Amino acid sequence: MADQHFDGIKIRNLYKIFGSNAAAHVEAVRNGLSKAELNEKFGHVLGLKDINIEMPSGCIQVIMGLSGSGKSTLIRHINRLIDPTAGEVLVNGVDVVKMNELELREFRRHQTAMVFQKFALLPHRNVLDNTLYGLEVQGVERAKAVDVAMRWIERVGLKGFESRYPNQLSGGMQQRVGLARALANDAPVLLMDEAYSALDPLIRMDMQTVLLDLQKEIRKTIVFITHDLDEALRLGDQIAILRDGEVIQQGTSQDIVLRPADDYVANFVKEVNRGRVVQVEAVMVPPRAGLSPNGKTIPAGTTIEDAMRVIAKGPDGDVAVVDPSGKAIGVVNLRQLAGAMVNSHGGGGSQNGASVASAS
Amino acid sequence: MEWFYEFPNMDDDSLRNLKKAIDEGFRTFTRAYGDTIEGFFSPLQHFLIAAERFMTQTPWPIITLIILAIAWGASRSWKIVTSCLVTLLAIGYFDMWDDTMRTISMIFVCTLLSIAIGIPIGILMSRSDRLQRLVNPALDVMQTMPSFVYLIPVVMLLGIGKVPGLIAVVIYAIPPMIRLTNLGIRLVDKDVLEAADAFGSSSWQKLKNVQMPLALPTIMAGINQTIMMALAMVVIASMIGVQGLGQPVLKAIANQYFTLGIFNGLAIVGIAIIFDRVSQAYGKRLQNHREVVHG
Repeated sequence: MADQHFDGIKIRNLYKIFGSNAAAHVEAVRNGLSKAELNEKFGHVLGLKDINIEMPSGCIQVIMGLSGSGKSTLIRHINRLIDPTAGEVLVNGVDVVKMNELELREFRRHQTAMVFQKFALLPHRNVLDNTLYGLEVQGVERAKAVDVAMRWIERVGLKGFESRYPNQLSGGMQQRVGLARALANDAPVLLMDEAYSALDPLIRMDMQTVLLDLQKEIRKTIVFITHDLDEALRLGDQIAILRDGEVIQQGTSQDIVLRPADDYVANFVKEVNRGRVVQVEAVMVPPRAGLSPNGKTIPAGTTIEDAMRVIAKGPDGDVAVVDPSGKAIGVVNLRQLAGAMVNSHGGGGSQNGASVASAS
Repeated sequence: MEWFYEFPNMDDDSLRNLKKAIDEGFRTFTRAYGDTIEGFFSPLQHFLIAAERFMTQTPWPIITLIILAIAWGASRSWKIVTSCLVTLLAIGYFDMWDDTMRTISMIFVCTLLSIAIGIPIGILMSRSDRLQRLVNPALDVMQTMPSFVYLIPVVMLLGIGKVPGLIAVVIYAIPPMIRLTNLGIRLVDKDVLEAADAFGSSSWQKLKNVQMPLALPTIMAGINQTIMMALAMVVIASMIGVQGLGQPVLKAIANQYFTLGIFNGLAIVGIAIIFDRVSQAYGKRLQNHREVVHG
C-alpha cells in the first residue's frame, strides 16, 4: 500500500470564520469572543474554533456532532475544499493550507479520496465510469483504470452492475459506488462526510460492516463524519465530539462512554447501547482468593454483550477475564455485567474497574 | 405652465444635428472600414453559398433521404420520421422546394454559427458574475430591439445580401443559446462539482466531464430555441435580400396575395415543426440515463 510511511493527519489551532472580513476577527476569537457575540457585533459566523486533532495513520477517526456543529466544515479543511481562516492542516507532514493550486490538485488526486453524504455520483456515467473517475482525472490509461475499478466494484459487492446508471440503483448501492470510487484512488486518506447518514438503518449497519472489513486489509487513515453516536462508537478507533465549532471531547469509544466530558456528551451517551461498547475490563473486579472462576475465560477487550452471551450459556458463577498471554486479570459475573448495561455512569462494578480500563 | 402640458424636449435644431452627427459618424466608419469588414466575413459567405448550393442542387430524393436519416438518427421515432416525410413531400408538391431548401441551408448555417459563438460565451458567463452582469443587458437589447432596426446598420456596413442577413439572424437568434448555456452550467449540482474538485479535477476536466454533460439538456433547449428564433427572423431578413421562403411572403404582403402568403407561411411552420420535434427528441434521448429510476 502507498501508505507505508504515511504520517497521519495533524490539525493544529484551526480556526474558520465565515464572513467578508474573517481574518480580522481571529485574534478576537482567540481572546475569548464568543460565537454569538461575533455574529451579533460583526455579522460573521464562527465555523471552527481552535481545533487540535491528531489522527494517527491507519486509524478510523470519527468526528461526531449534531448539525451545525461544524463537522462537515472540518472535514473539508483536510482536502481544502474550504480554506481555513487560521491554523495548520498537516497531512503526512505537509501543510495543506500552504499549497498552491497545482500542488493542491496533485494532493487531492493522490493523497485523499472522499465519500459524500449525497453520493455525488455523475448521473450521466454508469457505475464503471463513475468508479474510475478519480483514475481518469489522474491520467491513468483507460485499460488499467478499468481493471482497478472492476476490482473495487467487485469488492464492494456491485459485480454485474457496472453498466447501470446511478439512478437505477438504491441509495445503499449508490453509496457503494461512492466508496468504490474513493477506494479506486488508493489514496492514504479516506474522507467520509456523513457517508451513511442518508441510508436506512439496516443498510447503514451493512455498510459499516463493509467499511470495517475493508479497513482490516487497506489500513487507511479514515476520517468519518457522523451525527450518530452508535455509528461513531462502532467505527471509531478515535472519536472527537464537536459542538458549536469546538472539540469538547476526544478519546476512544470507552473514554466517551465511561467518562463523558460534560453533560452534553453524557446526554448523548445515555441513549447508547452500552453493552456493545463497554468492555469487560471496565466491569471486572480483580481476581481474589475465594473467588473461584468456573473454568470459562473471556479475552480482554470483549464487549459486555458478547461476554454475557458467553456466560449465559454456561453455569452460574464468576468468569475469568484473561489478557492475550492467558493470564487472568480479573473476574466478572452476570450480575456485574447486567449492572453495567443499565447504569448510566461508571462501570457496573467498581471505581477500580474504570481505572483498569484506562490503563489498558 | 407650458412645460407642464408639453414635454420640454430638445429643440429641433439640436436634435437634427445630433442625429446627423451620429449618422455621419457611422457613415464615415462604414466608408473607412466597410471593405475590411466585408473581407472579414467573406469565408462565411463562401460557406453560405456552398451550403445553399448543396441544398438546392442535390436531387430532391437524396436531400429527402438525408433529412429523414438525420431525423431517425436523432429521434429514433418512426412517428417523427413519417411526419418529416409527409411535410417535405407536401412542400415539394406545392412547388416550394427550392425556397425551402434555401431557408433550411440558411437556418443550418445560422444555428451552427450561433452554437459556435454562443456556447463559449455562455461558458465564460457562467464563470464570472461580473461578465454575466455585462452580457445580460446586451442580450436583452438584442432580443427586444425591433429586428428591423438593426437591419439598418448591417445593411449600411455590408450592403444587401446573404451575409448581412445571416448576421441579423444570428444577432436575433443567439441570446437563448448564450442564456441557456450559462443557466445550464450554473444549475449543475454543487455536490457533484464538489466531488469533482475533491478528486482533483482541473477546471477543463470539470467542464468536460461534469458541467457540459450535466448542462446538456438545458443547452439542447437553447439550441431548439435558437432554431425557432432563426426561423422567425429569416422571413424578416428577406427584406435585405435573404432568399428563401421569406421572399414570397414579402411579395404576398406587398401585393395582397393571400394564398401565396399562407402557403409559404405554412411551409415555414412545417420545417419549424420538423426542426423542433427532431431536436427535442434528440435532447430527450441524450438524458436517457435520467429516466430509468430505481423503483
